[in-house]
Amino acid sequence: MGGLQIPLEHVLLLAATLFSCGLMGLMLRRNIIFMLMSLEVMLNAAALAFVAAGARWQQADGQIIFLLILSVAAAEVAVGLGLVLQIQRRFKTLDMDQVNRLRG
Amino acid sequence: MTTLWLIPLFPLLSATLLVLSAGRMPRQLAALLGAGSVGLSAICVALVARTYLADGQVQELTLWTWMAVDNFTPRIAFYIDGLTVVMMSVITGVGFLIHLYSIEFLWDDESFCRYFAYMNLFVAAMLLLVMADNLLLLYLGWEGVGACSYLLVGFWYRDPDNGAAARKAFVVTRVGDTAMFLGLLLLYTELGTLDIQPLMAAANSQWQVGDTLPILATALLLGGAVGKSAQLPLHTWLPDAMAGPTPVSALIHAATMVTAGVYLIARNYELFLLAPPTLAAVAWIGLATLLLAGFTALAQHDIKRILAYSTISQIGYMFLALGVGAFASGIFHLMTHAFFKALLFLAAGAVIHCLHHEHNIFRMGGLRRRLPVVFWSFLIGSAALAALPFTSGFYSKDAILLSAWTLPGIGPWLWAGGLLGALLTGIYSFRLVFIVFFGEAHTEPDQQPGWRMSGALIVLCVLSLVGGWFALPLAGVLPDKDHAHVSHAVEFISIGTPLLGLLIAYLLFLGRQVSIASLAESPWGKALQDFWYSGWRIDKLYDALLVQPFKCLAHWWRNEPVDLFYNALVALSRWAHGRLITLQTGELRWYATSLVFGLVLLLAIMLRNAS
Repeated sequence: MGGLQIPLEHVLLLAATLFSCGLMGLMLRRNIIFMLMSLEVMLNAAALAFVAAGARWQQADGQIIFLLILSVAAAEVAVGLGLVLQIQRRFKTLDMDQVNRLRG
Repeated sequence: MTTLWLIPLFPLLSATLLVLSAGRMPRQLAALLGAGSVGLSAICVALVARTYLADGQVQELTLWTWMAVDNFTPRIAFYIDGLTVVMMSVITGVGFLIHLYSIEFLWDDESFCRYFAYMNLFVAAMLLLVMADNLLLLYLGWEGVGACSYLLVGFWYRDPDNGAAARKAFVVTRVGDTAMFLGLLLLYTELGTLDIQPLMAAANSQWQVGDTLPILATALLLGGAVGKSAQLPLHTWLPDAMAGPTPVSALIHAATMVTAGVYLIARNYELFLLAPPTLAAVAWIGLATLLLAGFTALAQHDIKRILAYSTISQIGYMFLALGVGAFASGIFHLMTHAFFKALLFLAAGAVIHCLHHEHNIFRMGGLRRRLPVVFWSFLIGSAALAALPFTSGFYSKDAILLSAWTLPGIGPWLWAGGLLGALLTGIYSFRLVFIVFFGEAHTEPDQQPGWRMSGALIVLCVLSLVGGWFALPLAGVLPDKDHAHVSHAVEFISIGTPLLGLLIAYLLFLGRQVSIASLAESPWGKALQDFWYSGWRIDKLYDALLVQPFKCLAHWWRNEPVDLFYNALVALSRWAHGRLITLQTGELRWYATSLVFGLVLLLAIMLRNAS
């Protein structure tokens, strides 16, 4: 291997930062598109942590899990965007606070 | 032999046909079936009785095994000895006359068919009761007559009072029946059989006189007898049972069903001989009942209630006889009582029938010339009831009193009490005669009894007069007291007491030598009269002691206090539900946020525990 070694801590810090950004986006944004994007960010933050860990301990598992997360994210986006289209069609809005039809 | 099974079958078959006709059978046919079936039974009974009187052989007939559970195999089987012959003759003979009388009495009633269906069912059940060879079959008949009594007391069910009287009769006797059933269970568990003859043999071989078990078993049986025969303390149902049609009162509540308790004790007399305390209790119950009912009868207004109390009183005499060991005399009195009390009830029914359902004796009067047949019937019946010399009641009551006298120890006391009862009987029975048939008329009869009523009355008159000369085939079947050596003074007192009662009744109610009105107006006289009129306030006592607390309890429990706990659980979960649904807002972001905070919280706890 060789070359510049990035310390694990830095990568994990980046992953945590990304995850927090996604989480904040999920909790604060009202637009469903942005919420989906925030989810993607969180997924990728987790994936980054896996890759870094895999590199640190010289294990292939990290990369395998990364591929798994990639496919899960793709599937999720496919379903999520389908739902988004339906929501847009039915409610003429993408604001999730407006589509609240559940009455407790 | 082969005719035995026909005896209960005729009335049962007729009852079935009448029930199946659903009231659409023509009256003539219903009357023919109803009275004819009992008449056919009576003929069969006469044939059986003739055979028995000729050879004195006990007749037995097993029809089939009722059920077979392990060793418990009660059979549908009949056992005919002298006692059964006497009972069957009374039931079918008097029963036939009463059915005949009923045809006329109830001809205009809309439920003519229903009446005869019940009556025939009753006769069938009563025959089963006396013919049964085991106590379980006897109990079947016992409950059968109870059910028929309920149905017939409440026959005119449109009046709620009649329904209440029927319910009272059923519930009060049920108290005794429960005791009796416990007695049967005890006998079966201890002796392993319910067939009467093997049961007596087993009891005699396994138990000693005075053991606890026979005392307990006989006391329980006595409970049943007391309930059915309207003795203290379960007598309160009989006066109310007069709500039924008068022929019903004559058949069920005078001649047959109420004497079933006497029959039960006489049938199991060997068992009772093993338990002297129970036998003494029988005597004392009889004495107390006959006195209490005698005093009560003095103050009544309703002609049928007077007769009802006199029935209670006379059955008290039968219990007294059984209690002192004069079983045959008790059965003898049962038979003569069936004759003269049926006669009295039927005569009273004729009076009521001819006077537009008038029951109050003070609105009758002067009927002697207007209803001569009824008057003579009533006079003969009252004479027999009061035990005037040479009537049937005289022989039987005399035998009971003298038997009581011969008992060592408590005997003279029982005799004196019985004598006081005889005095009371004389007074109240002739009070009834004098008020109803003498004096001035208050209500005019609008019709005369027809040949069926008169015929039944006349036959019963003859039986009431000569019934005392029948020699009952009870020797060797039931023990009796030997009272041949009683001193003449005692006999004369026994004979004279009813005559004294007649004299007092004459002075008070006919001769007007003593003003009964002023006697009754005086303060304590009025209080006493009210006290007696209410039947010694026993109904009120039971009401306060049993009925009201029961109602009170029922009132409490109807709010179901046990359910309060479960209802609280339901209310709690409802409340929690109401609070929790406010969390289900449908706000996606809110869900995500709570998820995150929950996770963080859980993580914090786990980390803290790990460190």
